[in-house]
Amino acid sequence: MAVRRGPVRGREVVNLKRTRTGKKSKIQEEHSHSVLKKGLFILALVVIIVLASGIIITIGPMPITVLEVYCTLINKFIPDIFSISRSMENVVWLIRMPRIMGAILVGLGLGICGCVMQAVLKNPLASPFTLGISSGAQFGVSLAAVFGITILGGPFFLIGNAFVFALLCSGVIIALSGLKGATSETMVLAGIALNYLFQATNQLFNYIANDDQRSLMSAWGMGSISGLNWNSIMVIGIATIICVPLLYSKAWDLNLMTIGDEGAKSMGVDAGRVRLFIMVVSSFLVAALVAFVGVIGFIGLVAPHIGRLILGSDHRYLILAAGAIGAILLLVADAISVNLLAPTVIPTGTIMAVIGVPFFLYLILRGRRREYWS
Amino acid sequence: MIIRLSVKNLHFGYNSTEVLRDLTLEVGDGQIASIVGPNGSGKSTLIKCIDRILVPSAGDISVDRCNVTKMKQMELAQMIAYVPQNSLRVFPNTVFDVVLMGRRPYLGWKGSKRDDDVVWEVLGLLGIDNLALAAFTELSGGQQQKVLIARALAQETGVILLDEPTSNLDVWHQIDVMEILRSLVRKRDLTAIIAIHDLNTAARYSDIIVMMKKGKIVSAGKPENVLTGENLASVYGIQANVRITEDIPYIIPLSRIPQKTAGFKK
Repeated sequence: MAVRRGPVRGREVVNLKRTRTGKKSKIQEEHSHSVLKKGLFILALVVIIVLASGIIITIGPMPITVLEVYCTLINKFIPDIFSISRSMENVVWLIRMPRIMGAILVGLGLGICGCVMQAVLKNPLASPFTLGISSGAQFGVSLAAVFGITILGGPFFLIGNAFVFALLCSGVIIALSGLKGATSETMVLAGIALNYLFQATNQLFNYIANDDQRSLMSAWGMGSISGLNWNSIMVIGIATIICVPLLYSKAWDLNLMTIGDEGAKSMGVDAGRVRLFIMVVSSFLVAALVAFVGVIGFIGLVAPHIGRLILGSDHRYLILAAGAIGAILLLVADAISVNLLAPTVIPTGTIMAVIGVPFFLYLILRGRRREYWS
Repeated sequence: MIIRLSVKNLHFGYNSTEVLRDLTLEVGDGQIASIVGPNGSGKSTLIKCIDRILVPSAGDISVDRCNVTKMKQMELAQMIAYVPQNSLRVFPNTVFDVVLMGRRPYLGWKGSKRDDDVVWEVLGLLGIDNLALAAFTELSGGQQQKVLIARALAQETGVILLDEPTSNLDVWHQIDVMEILRSLVRKRDLTAIIAIHDLNTAARYSDIIVMMKKGKIVSAGKPENVLTGENLASVYGIQANVRITEDIPYIIPLSRIPQKTAGFKK
């Protein structure tokens, strides 16, 4: 009997002669176009973010044109190209730009975290909010506001508590589900259970708090990016720069995990390990974001779905699209929250839900006719 | 014929319950081996243990005389492909994207043109390239099964494991899927191991039948030697009329045998 020596990995059982020499078929052309369209769509989202930022910065008591905004920003990086007054520079760079950058980074981070959480948990309802991470942060804030139990002192007492308790909440979800093999079902159920627990305790704290404490808790709980400055942007930015590439590096594995753990494992992907990695990294990013801006619940849920309805479920594109859509949603919501009843600022989280829900419902109903771009 | 897949003294259990007991099996290249047996006999478990989706408690598995028991999962995925009975459908994927998933063991951060070429070739081979941009969830059961087979082929492995590939299909699609499989196995020198319930389909398309009961192999060999009235009585507890036509047994189940008479225990 003939004996083959050694393993034959990656046998070329597929004969590529035909595709190498042959002309592209119509369906192959269509596929190439759909890939191009996905790339162009993401590029268009980036252009929208840049344009929307320029336009939103102009809104406010001091009249500024879009051109002046861009000239000021260019001047900041390449000095003395344009002649810009000091007051203009201060308004654009120190007052209005942190808010814009905050909206972009927080929207991007929450959109991406929602997207990857939905994929690893194989659950379209998964998001930082529904998994209880935001409620965990709110619990930390309530502890600081009502009982004065703080982890960091000074001006960071709320942020420190929110960050640590958001992380603790994720840690408990991961640890609880780890006891049962870190399946997606146990993670979702553990998250929902903790969400209820923290909501109940937050209600209790709200009941026993005095007016000042209650006002502090509710201001944080309704979510706002008003309090951001360049220092906090720096912290959020570093967390985003570290976490987003780590999450994106798992795009292929996320594609496989949406078809089930067994299917993923048969193609070489350890689903449990990827799930753990994604949950740890995304929880860290969410904790860093919500600590500074409070509970903004809708983006992590809806941005991935909007992206999926338009682009499909290929995470190589979807992660980027969900991030960009999250950024645009939060930019627009924040602009409305600041300017609709100026000088009164409506909480960004409230505006998010009011404009986001009808838009999302429209997309779902439209999606019944055509699910994606292809 | 070269021995492609070899399983030696394989054991597997959930907690203290032993599901597979001391299984030994050899399948050559260009062969289809069907694993048959009643519900709970361990057919799907065996398939999953071979692909290490479930980790065996003891025993060795070799592909082309290379022991793969301790091999990394990503390396194993370049040697063994698995077609599940069903695929989870939470989020929409195009057919092209589903088949491209089969290239994961070869992909780096970014896919290459060769990966796309392999996908197109495989889709063309199975005659489903016209469905490339359709949503996988919108396909019929037969089309979905072909897509899952295409995904396994895109893995470019020597061994393909299939878990009940025809269980949800009508007769036309059952024949279609099995004909495609046989043609691929013969032309491309593959080895296919199929967990299957339909004894007549197994008899018609298999080179080897492995009959299991309660986690043990009761009989293994050519279909006409395994699918006998005695084996069917002792393993399934049924009386059946077995007709052999052109060396292919054809089974007509007649009645259940009372358990004590057949020595049959569920």
